[in-house]
Amino acid sequence: MVRKIEMQPVSRRDILGFAGAAAFTAVATSLFPKAADAAMADVDAAIKQLIGSTETMAGRITIELPQIAENGNTVPLGFEVESPMTDSDYVKSVHVFAEKNPFPDVATFRFTPASARAKVSTRMRLAKTQNVIVVAQMSDGSVYMAKTEVKVTIGGCGG
Amino acid sequence: MAKAKARVKVPKTVAKGEIFQVKTLISHKMESGQRKDKKTGEKIPRLIINSFVCKYNGEEVFACDWHPAISANPYTAFYLKASESGSIDFIWTDDEGGVFEKSADITVT
Repeated sequence: MVRKIEMQPVSRRDILGFAGAAAFTAVATSLFPKAADAAMADVDAAIKQLIGSTETMAGRITIELPQIAENGNTVPLGFEVESPMTDSDYVKSVHVFAEKNPFPDVATFRFTPASARAKVSTRMRLAKTQNVIVVAQMSDGSVYMAKTEVKVTIGGCGG
Repeated sequence: MAKAKARVKVPKTVAKGEIFQVKTLISHKMESGQRKDKKTGEKIPRLIINSFVCKYNGEEVFACDWHPAISANPYTAFYLKASESGSIDFIWTDDEGGVFEKSADITVT
């Protein structure tokens, strides 16, 4: 017995739909990497505006973030900056950035010697898998920077 | 003005010089300005708490500037050093100029 294969005529709509999808993927791949680059440039510019030409140093900062965040709407964020927190030597401010959020600025925390410990826990939103950057400015003008990657399963901005 | 309910946790008594943790929580939608109304397709305007200040006996000891990436119902835990008995005041301000305040008494022994 010969199996009968029905050939369906390809409609104009099918062709248009396919072309549309192809065009969309092409646009998406060409557009979004650029958007991501722009966001990263935003972070670099924001940090530069904050600290000028000061060299950032590694160390002193401990970031507490989950490696994988199931819900990008509330990601527990904690950080601690090592410092004696005395009148002459303390952490002035800590800035948190999320590279690929629609607005990379997350928050600024300002400390005083009376804060005693430059340690904060809070909750943040992450749009997608990305690096979170913590920049700490000390009272003597030195700047420390640390970053960590968080994988996000469900994004937490807009929708 | 949006409604908001604040809760703070501060120890009642601490020894002088001791470092203690302060926990704060305020109910607020923190509308990011990125979400769209599903019916109309229009963007819901941003309305977040953009500033939080903590004062210890009137002196600013800890402060934050928040951006839309802070989650709804912002929770913040931080540390203070016990100097003198008195009050610790917490002040949140949102985009509409809404001010939410909470105060806690502390005894330093």
